[in-house]
Amino acid sequence: MYVAVKGGDKAIENSLHYLADIRRGDRRVPELSIQQIREQLPLAVDRVMTEGSLYDPDLAALAIKQANGDIQEAVFLLRAYRTTLPRFGASQAIDTGAMQIRRRISATYKDLPGGQILGPSFDYTHRLLDFTLAANGETPEAPKSEEPVADGMPRVADILDHEGLIELDLPDDEDGPVPDLTRESTSFPADRATRLQNLARGDEGFLLALGYSTQRGFGNNHPFAGEIRMGELAVSFEPEELGFEIEIGEITVTECQMVNQFKGSAKVPPQFTRGYGLTFGHCERKAMSMALVDRALRAKEFGEEITAPAQDEEFVLYHSDNVEASGFVQHLKLPHYVDFQGELVTVRELRKEIAAREAAERTDDDELAAAE
Amino acid sequence: MGTQSPQHQSPARKRWMSILAKASFEDLRSLWQNLPDKPAWTRVRPPEIGMVMVRGRMGGTGNRFNLGEMTVTRCSVGLESGDLGHGYVSGRNKEHAEIAAVIDALMQREERTETIEHSIIKPLELRHQQSRETASRKAAATKVEFFTVAREN
Repeated sequence: MYVAVKGGDKAIENSLHYLADIRRGDRRVPELSIQQIREQLPLAVDRVMTEGSLYDPDLAALAIKQANGDIQEAVFLLRAYRTTLPRFGASQAIDTGAMQIRRRISATYKDLPGGQILGPSFDYTHRLLDFTLAANGETPEAPKSEEPVADGMPRVADILDHEGLIELDLPDDEDGPVPDLTRESTSFPADRATRLQNLARGDEGFLLALGYSTQRGFGNNHPFAGEIRMGELAVSFEPEELGFEIEIGEITVTECQMVNQFKGSAKVPPQFTRGYGLTFGHCERKAMSMALVDRALRAKEFGEEITAPAQDEEFVLYHSDNVEASGFVQHLKLPHYVDFQGELVTVRELRKEIAAREAAERTDDDELAAAE
Repeated sequence: MGTQSPQHQSPARKRWMSILAKASFEDLRSLWQNLPDKPAWTRVRPPEIGMVMVRGRMGGTGNRFNLGEMTVTRCSVGLESGDLGHGYVSGRNKEHAEIAAVIDALMQREERTETIEHSIIKPLELRHQQSRETASRKAAATKVEFFTVAREN
């Protein structure tokens, strides 16, 4: 039931001013610029672009500033902005094999062609607070090798492919439409393209917890991080008026290939199966989690028993989006005065009935006792 | 705007349009400002901000899926000579898209191609390669060199 309620205008206006005031903080401290956020909080920017499903580092930095650093609120701002823009079309599929590598590691092959390139990583930090950062020291530029990273670094999956030890992932439909959950609502069973799009924009925390649950035995995958790579690649697009494709810019992406335990059939001897993760920017934890959940969601395809939440596509796809989830949880803050009044009437009625019934039973008992 | 004549679909045009799109705006603007004899142009399609859906492939090599969108700005201009130029540039910088479109139109005029190649396109290409190489050499410095310690028992 909806009842229009007036009032609170002034309170709301002042609340917004108060929010802006808190955002600015102590005025004796210099204000953060968008450029500072973009350049110095790059992983926050990457997460907002990935979950906001819009690649634009400047906009993501603006969203982080406007949201007072609340990452999910920033994701919401980016999602809202993207609904105001027209779509010119879709890109050619990006070629992660042609990536300009900045990081590339494998947990399955020590001596893989092209080598292990650690890149910028927290993996080897001691996780001890570095107080020199609080002292405003200038950071020296990173050391440079004489030669750049070799071009055309093979994917780990391609190496296993040669022996037929891993399931092939080859396109069988290059011309058909690609499902798009921003245009049509998802129906079940969902195809893998829809699942991957959902996971790519899904909440990192949710996917991390689900991926973790598969490792702890809730739908075990037996995964190895076959390869993780991060770097830059060009995006190609074919404008209608040109009739040929051109590169329209470069983006940073992170890709994770999880290699999982075997599956075979009457026709195919046992081979490793795969889970795939891909994100904008450098979102490694997210890419790994996505690859674990992608593999878990392929349970039906491999004839595995569906016993765990991470294997249940309705559960996963309906709850992965933090804009939807946050909206539904937070709508509980909106006025429910009339609904609540209704509930109050109901609970009072229930209590009255129970009290009356108990009183009647007591009277019956008293009469029985008196009769004996 | 119909599809243009075949000579304008050459790999050369694809190359310069890609270089203009991937250039940093500051580099592009300063090279553009130094260009003598700038032509007059009209906006056939004023700069417009929109999005392109970026697609990936399952497992990196399989069927396509939608990863997410990116912001893109486009602009189309016409020169007095009748040459049409298009700019498609990632991000939301309208000036970048418009300058790219004018240069694309100019590059199609044979008498200007060579000078603009030397004064704008080639320098942009070199700067892009340099910044890529710097990043790549920093990455290469983090390559693990495994070695085995031989032990005599």
